[in-house]
Amino acid sequence: MIKIEDYRDVAPQGTVDLLLKLAEKVRGRRFLHVSMTRYGGGVAEILQRLVPIMVDLGIEAGWEIIGGDAEFFSVTKAIHAALEGEDQIITDEMLQHYLEMNRLTALKLNLDADLVLVHDSPPASLVEHRPPEGTWVWRCHVDLSSPHRRIWNFFRRYVTRYDAAVFSLPKFSQKLGIPKFIIHPSIDPLSDKNRDLSRREVQTLLASLGVPQDKPLLLQVGPFDRYRDPIGIINAYRMVKKHHDVRLVLVGGGSAAGSENTDVHEVVRDTATHDPDIVLLDLPPDAHLQINALQRAATVVLQKSARDGFAIGIAEAMWKGKPVIGWASGGIPAQIIYDVTGYTVTSVEGAAFRLRHLLNNPELVARIGGAGREHVRRNFLITRHLSDYLALLVHLTGRST
Amino acid sequence: MKKAGAPFVFIGCIELLEDVGLRAQSERELIERLEEVPAGSIFYHTYGYFLRHRYFVGPYANDFATWAVVHLRDQMLGERLAVVDPFEFDTLEQLREELISVIDDHLSHLSAVPRADYGEPFYFVQSHVVEVPTGHEAWGLEEFRGCLADVDASAIYYHLVEARARLGRRSGDFAAWLRESLSRPDLAEHVERIDLYLSSLERVRARVLNLLVEAIEQAEEAYQEPT
Repeated sequence: MIKIEDYRDVAPQGTVDLLLKLAEKVRGRRFLHVSMTRYGGGVAEILQRLVPIMVDLGIEAGWEIIGGDAEFFSVTKAIHAALEGEDQIITDEMLQHYLEMNRLTALKLNLDADLVLVHDSPPASLVEHRPPEGTWVWRCHVDLSSPHRRIWNFFRRYVTRYDAAVFSLPKFSQKLGIPKFIIHPSIDPLSDKNRDLSRREVQTLLASLGVPQDKPLLLQVGPFDRYRDPIGIINAYRMVKKHHDVRLVLVGGGSAAGSENTDVHEVVRDTATHDPDIVLLDLPPDAHLQINALQRAATVVLQKSARDGFAIGIAEAMWKGKPVIGWASGGIPAQIIYDVTGYTVTSVEGAAFRLRHLLNNPELVARIGGAGREHVRRNFLITRHLSDYLALLVHLTGRST
Repeated sequence: MKKAGAPFVFIGCIELLEDVGLRAQSERELIERLEEVPAGSIFYHTYGYFLRHRYFVGPYANDFATWAVVHLRDQMLGERLAVVDPFEFDTLEQLREELISVIDDHLSHLSAVPRADYGEPFYFVQSHVVEVPTGHEAWGLEEFRGCLADVDASAIYYHLVEARARLGRRSGDFAAWLRESLSRPDLAEHVERIDLYLSSLERVRARVLNLLVEAIEQAEEAYQEPT
């Protein structure tokens, strides 16, 4: 059982006491989360931790999962991609099926709460069936800045029936006639992905992955697709390799769909077979401890993300005290304070330049890494996320006890 | 040690951010939006900086200046906006006027309006502060020092920034309590004179604590002198 007191030593001074006092203001109020799934994906990962802590704080927190058939899940996947701007074939019949499944779900779930936070697009149309009492908020975790127009027009009708919406960044939002709040995602410092690991644990985990620790490691974690551009990362590594004996570890998370991505995967695999210092790892989504160990073993973490929403992996790496070089897109600039916690770059050459800069100045690696960990402690831990949600509960449900 | 007429109750806060729904892509648009955004947005992008950056500050201590430098590549405007100290203004409207005036004057010397063609637009945000009682209250200097050392940094923000800029308590709550409830106008004046701008909440905490320690030591020495 996760308890708020467990966070006293990792959260900023005074945070846990403030949360306990804030929770007193909303004790007894019901805060219901509704999402697509209980396992897999960033939303489920954070709710698995947030909801028990809310309960520990004395809030009547619940988490409901929507149901549906295979067709529903395939439609919601297409809608999700369309809202992120990808072209998708979505027929009117598919949209009707989506609405019908959520109508049936609404009959089964108890949706009575002071605040109902509906996560992402799959359960969004439940708002059609909202009970007369309670405040409903749509929590959008994706970058909605350039959605597929037809699908967004369909969706917007439902979103505007909420009392408010929450986005991760202002630039991810759309014009809506309802208040739009901004809450950044977070990481859990006590989860397997982020908890402290001993040197021996790191060594054992890396050995099990076949990653030697005899030279500085450069690391990128992300699917082998064109958005994460592992080929660009390899090119940056090659520019650095002429001057520093380093090893590049690219960690993919399963296979990305699409012929272009298959091509990317093949080129990366082919390149890696000719360079023993490029290590490719295809890890399952639940390889949290392995990712944790790799980030802790890395000298510098790279993150190219042409389209990856907030890219909270940046915060994960900074939490391990690592300088991060990230591309200036999505949520990356919101996490990296230039020259303080890392560097944002716009090109492969820029990444190579900063890699050499860091590798030539080890004291900089230590300073930036330390500042990054403190930056995450203040801004991207689950305790900050929790206080934002409780503040939302206080602000939107009005009365305070 | 003297006991106050009323306790100092430490209030922390959580800042809930709301997207105002307005953005600026150029310096001209920045002026236009500054004229229309709610005062809460002016507050957030200037004073709000201190709550977000409790330990270290970026190159410029307000969001407008940082945007001008990073996204417009206009260092001169960034520098001119950076020296606008929000604590020198009695109201947010006066601060708004000053910001507009600085940008307007800067534009009058340029032949082309700088745009964020290679950077991001400026997104206007406003904040709602949710007050949270910390449970700490002090009746005397020693107790006040102990509480101040312990409380979440948001309490320092609430009593020194929020109180002054949005709640109309121009002296800040610490100085007001020292003066009115503890009859220590000398100490109140020192606390009031602490320069908040270009500092951080933790540095301000340390400076107030230093003043309190000095005052406590002086009081103890004065107490011992007759014997």
